[in-house]
Amino acid sequence: MDKTWNNKAWFLVLPVLVLVAFSAVIPLMTVVNYSVQDTFGNNVFFWAGTEWFEELLHSDRFWEAMVRNLIFSFIILAIEVPLGIFIALNMPKKGWGVPVCLVLMALPLLVPWNVVGTIWQVFGRNDIGLLGYYVNALGIDYNYVQDPFDAWVTVIVMDVWHWTSLVVLLCYAGLVSIPDAFYQAAKIDGASRWAVFRYIQLPKMQRVLLIAVLLRFMDSFMIYTEPFVVTGGGPGNSTTFLSIDLVKTALGQFDLGPAAAMSLVYFLIILLLSWVFYTVMTNYDAER
Amino acid sequence: MARIEVNHIRHSYLPNPQKDSDFALKEVHHTFEDGGAYALLGPSGCGKTTLLNIISGLLHPSHGQLLFNGRDVTNLSTQERNIAQVFQFPVIYDTMTVYDNLAFPLRNRRVPETDVDRKVRETLDMIDLASLAKKKARGLTADQKQKISLGRGLVRSDVNAILFDEPLTVIDPHMKWVLRSQLKQLHRRFGYTMVYVTHDQTEALTFADRVVVMYDGEIVQIGTPAELFERPRHTFVGYFIGSPGMNVLPVSLDGRTATLGAQRIELPGVPKAEAGAVELGIRPEYVRLGREGMAVQVSKVEDVGRHKVVRANLEGREIAAVIGEDDEMPAEPKVRFDPAGINIYAGSWLVEMGA
Repeated sequence: MDKTWNNKAWFLVLPVLVLVAFSAVIPLMTVVNYSVQDTFGNNVFFWAGTEWFEELLHSDRFWEAMVRNLIFSFIILAIEVPLGIFIALNMPKKGWGVPVCLVLMALPLLVPWNVVGTIWQVFGRNDIGLLGYYVNALGIDYNYVQDPFDAWVTVIVMDVWHWTSLVVLLCYAGLVSIPDAFYQAAKIDGASRWAVFRYIQLPKMQRVLLIAVLLRFMDSFMIYTEPFVVTGGGPGNSTTFLSIDLVKTALGQFDLGPAAAMSLVYFLIILLLSWVFYTVMTNYDAER
Repeated sequence: MARIEVNHIRHSYLPNPQKDSDFALKEVHHTFEDGGAYALLGPSGCGKTTLLNIISGLLHPSHGQLLFNGRDVTNLSTQERNIAQVFQFPVIYDTMTVYDNLAFPLRNRRVPETDVDRKVRETLDMIDLASLAKKKARGLTADQKQKISLGRGLVRSDVNAILFDEPLTVIDPHMKWVLRSQLKQLHRRFGYTMVYVTHDQTEALTFADRVVVMYDGEIVQIGTPAELFERPRHTFVGYFIGSPGMNVLPVSLDGRTATLGAQRIELPGVPKAEAGAVELGIRPEYVRLGREGMAVQVSKVEDVGRHKVVRANLEGREIAAVIGEDDEMPAEPKVRFDPAGINIYAGSWLVEMGA
């Protein structure tokens, strides 16, 4: 078959290529540049080869941050996805309740991340924080500044507060797209509440859930601002997730080479995990 | 299977209906006989789906009672009424196989698995889907999906009635014929009470033994397809059924004669109505075009294949006439009304003719 070649098309994609180059490719290449060299500033570079990568992969500090981060992502997914589905199922489908619920749900999403951190940082303090003070008054010893477990609870609750709405809104969008006839047919077929959920609602929500899980996973795996504001990665290193560790290395210690190597590994991990998620879930979708 | 009595049922979607116009269903009083094939025919918004949903229990009527075989079921849930309903858009459980779709209503009712298997296999044969039993339901065509919807109803042996809510809307035209004749066959073989909602007169007339024509929340006529055609009880029925619909002309009545402008029309009998302004209805099939009768001006001729439809002007009124495909159009066309096809309407309702 004859193909028509027309190189004019390149001009049409050029603007977007330039944009992507400046916003993603060039910065990424700078990082690659740093990752294979050592520098002490003043634009003096020494070739380091794969040294930083080897060092990183043998560093306990890196793996600990990674494990911490994976556990964190797992916990928030395990809470936010079922909770989000549950809330979406119980939201009104019509009437004045709909806009009220939607606005309430959207509110946490509209708060800037560092403000979320500040809110919870103050909220959880046991001298002046509403939450911290009363939890302690109830006789529960709660102090996120000193106790690693309390710090984790705070960061997780904060993330659930901040992001469950996203899962809710996505699921809700999936739910309202189900025609009434499905529920009517289910009634006629004598389906139980659980059967309606399992065979009508869940299948219809599946696509949006895939997106919700992907988004929440990537976001939580890259979480920085909120725990940084609340705990600063502490107490000790107990809430030092990958990105916090990265910033500590790059800006705290000014180890640009190791930090660049870490960024690249970090980037590849996210890329890989997202790809795995996506393929697994879309394949599952195609098989059915 | 059951005889379904709709006992003075009224329904309004408003919380406090006051006027007649607040009611989507004004007052319906009718009995669907056991084993009958009924069509509910009417334009969109005439209340036919409302009536169907009241029968199936998806809606609770504002007033009135519903009886299945003499037993009051007005307050029973959909599930307890044991009816099957096929909706306008195919409702299937995507994630299940065809087999599991059909087994679903039985499993929900905790029927033993051996019985489920036997019933499902029987039903699969009935609806001709046995070869697809193991396939996922989501990959099927629209007509196959509709058959699954139907099958989920048929699979329950004790089903009281099967209700159809415009089930062929999304089906390709050539499959409509196939499905419709399969439905008729099922009806003949198993004698289900079937109620079929549609706004398509062909569908209604070919499917049903008796057609219930609804208009504006009321039943205007119940009859066989032939009755609806020959003696529409309401001008709406005359207009709605038939293609083109009945000609309705305002005339003034005087004994056996109706006067339309300068024309005098002999009636087959003396209508039992007061003399004065009434309407004369005549189907285009009974309007004879020839060299005798009342002069008309022909405005256009539509060739619809097997016959031609002539649109003409009679005394300032549009009328339609049907002539044969090969019939000649006279140079000075005139029309006569075949007395057998003349109906007189007062206030839109049919008036009886006396001798």
